Amino acid sequence: MPEAARPPSAFRGSLAAIVLARVAVGLVTLVVVSAIIFAITSLLPGDAAQAVLGQAATPEAVAALRAKYGLDQHAVLRYLSWLAGLATGDLGRSYTADLPVAELIAGRLPKSLLLAATTAAVSVPIALTIGIASAMWRGGLLDRALNLATLSMVAVPEFLVATIAVLVFAVKLGWLSALSNAQDIASPVQFLRAYAMPVLTLCFVIIAQMARMTRAAVIDQLSASYVEMAVLKGAAPTRVALRHALPNAIGPIANAVALSVSYLLGGVVIVEAIFSYPGIATLMVDAVTNRDMPIVQGCAMIFCAGYLLLVLVADLIAIAANPRLRHR
Amino acid sequence: MSAVSRLKALAWPGRIGLALVVFWLAMAAFGGALAPHDVGAVVSQDVFGAFSASHPLGTDYLGRDMLSRILHGSRFTIGLALAAALAASTCGTAIALAAATAGGWVDEAVSRVMDAFISIPSKMLALVMVAAFGSSPALLILTAALSYTPGAFRIARSLAVNVRTLDFVQAARARGEGNAYIAAVEILPNMVNPMLADFGLRFVFVVLLLSGMSFLGLGVQPPDADLGSLVRENISGLFEGAPAVLVPAVAIATLTVGVNMLIDAATGRARPGASGDAS
Repeated sequence: MPEAARPPSAFRGSLAAIVLARVAVGLVTLVVVSAIIFAITSLLPGDAAQAVLGQAATPEAVAALRAKYGLDQHAVLRYLSWLAGLATGDLGRSYTADLPVAELIAGRLPKSLLLAATTAAVSVPIALTIGIASAMWRGGLLDRALNLATLSMVAVPEFLVATIAVLVFAVKLGWLSALSNAQDIASPVQFLRAYAMPVLTLCFVIIAQMARMTRAAVIDQLSASYVEMAVLKGAAPTRVALRHALPNAIGPIANAVALSVSYLLGGVVIVEAIFSYPGIATLMVDAVTNRDMPIVQGCAMIFCAGYLLLVLVADLIAIAANPRLRHR
Repeated sequence: MSAVSRLKALAWPGRIGLALVVFWLAMAAFGGALAPHDVGAVVSQDVFGAFSASHPLGTDYLGRDMLSRILHGSRFTIGLALAAALAASTCGTAIALAAATAGGWVDEAVSRVMDAFISIPSKMLALVMVAAFGSSPALLILTAALSYTPGAFRIARSLAVNVRTLDFVQAARARGEGNAYIAAVEILPNMVNPMLADFGLRFVFVVLLLSGMSFLGLGVQPPDADLGSLVRENISGLFEGAPAVLVPAVAIATLTVGVNMLIDAATGRARPGASGDAS
């Protein structure tokens, strides 16, 4: 077999080559995505300037504003300069706020990342525990409850979860504030009060499906013949699941986590809006309302890049966790 | 299998799902005629009224009858979502059949383009589209169809590629049948059932996407209102626990959960594609 004969250096080279190829595919996809987003936002016959100035604007004023934002140039030229700007972190100037888009985003992005990170930190351990446990005791009470929960959570709009959470925890019980004021956080208690509701809502939405996918990955391994072997030689069920099956399920589980966290990107838009959370999603929604294209483009690229990054990381973990994948 | 025996074979979650789906389809079709009040009429002094005999689902932030508003709103939600899901499934299946039967570089090129589209989260695409063109029912249908065609394509292509290698397709090729005949007569009938299940899923995704957009104020525009807009316009009643906020949100949930339960029971197995927004 060539695998056995291959010297260690060539082996490392091939792994690096696979990783590089995967990263390259991600970058190419990102460029294609940027072209799609730019094309959509520029298809309208050039009248962002008209939209900003209103119907009553004189043609001269519109032309001047177009020149200011470079809207009088050819679309391909504008795309290339926009792309070059993206690469160097220059996202253009906002039409309405007249500030650099990068500055506006820089003020909001850390808050959104904190929200997403907190949600991931809370939901991933819970989801993995539920997923693995319901795979081990398949058909049990937990398993059936999980099935019902996923079935409904996948189909329920985020704002229903959010409104019910507000109703229960803020209105009826009065434990938490319904508005998330992330401006003044000095103590852990304030942090908890500000973040509990949005994080709770987002967790509800993603835990069920992350657990479901984890369960599927573990069950897939539990039905393999080496697990049967381990059972036959007398290993305890917990040991079979955790020591034998789980390591082999890491790739699919990483995939499940990345997919769920990318679903978080969509959920974050609604949740930030409902709790008036000053993150990047509210910035984007406001920009869409005002048709402030540079902000919309910048935010869309950040969300798409985040999504692609998550998928890439999941793939890389799957490659790292599964020696067989390295030789494909 | 006759319709009756199919119904009998369905487990109880499937029957509940079917009942919910039939109920909502009927509401979308006839709800406007059943509405007790005019959709825009202020009929009560009581804003954010509770459930009562005269207003079974309470009243909204202006004192309008919620039942009437929901009956009208469901028509928007279901109509737009049906149109978009139908477009997405039809386009996805048609493109997949064309790509799978053509094979070679055509298949490869189409698959790559679809992969690029799939890596734009649907909410992002919708936000960008609305920013560029403004929100209108036609644009919402187009956007949702565009968002979910690649997912339908991916499922349909994998089905078609599997069927393509089967003996009867090879036999048809050997007979000298053209690509169009093979796609429509040999392959398509063998992927109808899974594609119907996928259509149901797409419908759920579109309902959630469009309600989400309306909830943000970027979907169906006033004076029209779908179920998502109803939640948005009454959100200030949340702090008094008004039914006007919860009822439309619960209405969406019964619709989407119903479709999901029906698909789950009808296909009778875990659906690997049921990964929410991502697929």
